[in-house]
Amino acid sequence: MSIELDDVENIAHLARLDLTGKEKEEAASSISNILNLIDQMQSVNTDDVTPLAHAFDAVQRLREDKVTETNQRDELQKIAPETDQGLFLVPRVIE
Amino acid sequence: MIELGLAPLSRALAKGEFSSVELTQAYLQKIAQENSDLNAYVTVCEELALSQARAADEARSQGNAGPLTGIPIAHKDLFCTKGIRTACGSKMLDNFIAPYDATVVENFIKAGTVTLGKTNMDEFAMGSSNETSFYGPVKNPWNRNLVPGGSSGGSAAAVAARLCAGATATDTGGSIRQPASFTGITGLKPTYGRVSRWGMVAFASSLDQAGTMTQSAEDAAMMLNVMAGLDLKDSTSSDSAAEDYTKDLDKPLAGLKIGIPTQHFSEGLNADVEKCIRDAIAEFEKLGATVKEVSLDNSHLSVSAYYVIAPAEASANLSRYDGVRYGYRCKNPVNLEDMYKRTRSEGFGTEVKRRIMVGTYALSAGYYDAYYIKAQKIRRLIKNDFQKAFEEVDVIMGPTSPHTAFAIGSKNDDPVTMYLEDIYTIAVNLAGLPGMSIPAGLVNGLPVGLQIVGKDFAEAQLLNVAHKFQQATDWHTKSPVK
Repeated sequence: MSIELDDVENIAHLARLDLTGKEKEEAASSISNILNLIDQMQSVNTDDVTPLAHAFDAVQRLREDKVTETNQRDELQKIAPETDQGLFLVPRVIE
Repeated sequence: MIELGLAPLSRALAKGEFSSVELTQAYLQKIAQENSDLNAYVTVCEELALSQARAADEARSQGNAGPLTGIPIAHKDLFCTKGIRTACGSKMLDNFIAPYDATVVENFIKAGTVTLGKTNMDEFAMGSSNETSFYGPVKNPWNRNLVPGGSSGGSAAAVAARLCAGATATDTGGSIRQPASFTGITGLKPTYGRVSRWGMVAFASSLDQAGTMTQSAEDAAMMLNVMAGLDLKDSTSSDSAAEDYTKDLDKPLAGLKIGIPTQHFSEGLNADVEKCIRDAIAEFEKLGATVKEVSLDNSHLSVSAYYVIAPAEASANLSRYDGVRYGYRCKNPVNLEDMYKRTRSEGFGTEVKRRIMVGTYALSAGYYDAYYIKAQKIRRLIKNDFQKAFEEVDVIMGPTSPHTAFAIGSKNDDPVTMYLEDIYTIAVNLAGLPGMSIPAGLVNGLPVGLQIVGKDFAEAQLLNVAHKFQQATDWHTKSPVK
């Protein structure tokens, strides 16, 4: 299976990546090679196989809904690119 | 003294042959001499290390020393360390200083170890040669034109060059075992869930597992004793009880049943590497083990399934890098989408972007069943193969890698060539099993690694098997350090 430049543009947009023309060409070629590798999976019939999402088929551990963490907002926001009065700042979203 | 491994150093510190401060200074001096060329460390914590060493010596003088008190170690740069940058080999996290310690790091601090620094790695642990690091490639201490393997190349090179007594590392598809093989050291990837992932920068959450890089199996057992155990902060951390991993080290191997997978000795395996591995297995027979062939029928599909599952999980995990809460943000974004896109395009390297796109594609509408669900079904078949083999044998052995370390820059043209590097290691992650690589010979002066795979949570047995081999042979003592 191979993918074309417009597939790459679509995937890049979904992943919020911005690629240059040269990067797109490189991606189309290398991702096509990877898909060829991946397509080897189709050589085996798996119709009756249950998918395995976790090596030990473990399920999510539950706990009591109890507050265990303290408020560390100031500490956590120290490493943010831009904050104001305890809020994370981003470019204007609503005009 | 720094040529000693972790266990002998622990005994020497206990006897008072030297202090932790003296030992730490010796490592720091060696790092200062070697690191500018090797590039094994991305951050060296000189002041912190010396203050921790002083505290360790003080604790010892008051009779409060444990086995790892005062032992200088290094952490792979994806374990969060409070107050010390955790960059994960990426420009995206070049300015990231975590406000907390990873559970693994916290456990080592409680055990009294000294933090020498953070080790270089492939960007977000995506690579098998340490060449995708934003901080440049690590050189192999055995031959500085060669890669040390990856993604834990910095930890491997640091241990091999004797720039630390042991190092933490992580393994998603072979990132502990392959670099251990290329640098002639002992690498242990525990069972999935054995060690907490809390505070580890996530790559592929159903596969990532923290482990150890050391000179010997005994050293690894001592480190695992500190790392293993349930952590409620990691919902996938296992509640099966951790053990004293040193307790079975000396058990005789008489009656041990070793399985040799036919598929791991097929086309593509270097003939000299194969000879080393067969000689090592013969050594186990001398120690009383029996050997039989086993078949892992679907192992040829492991790389294919992995390159759906790991990129799919990575594309989800790495969506968090949006320039909002921490890490890199692009300059002068014109709107939110521009900020997301330029932050991510400027912050991630080529291989990381490639894997995010492969994962996004595999999870996208119309491809989910053909790729993601298919890969999870193959994952089940691979797991079943191991389960069947383990009905007949105790451990499975084979080469860790098809060849010895390769030249820097020699495998960068096609990513698939690099992906096939992990052909013998990846299935072990898909099945969640514990695996090790131990030195088993030299080919043209370069180390060869023997992979040993065990049953779920059989780390104590794996370490026993590796330790008895290391008692009978001296491959693990070979070092590039003159």
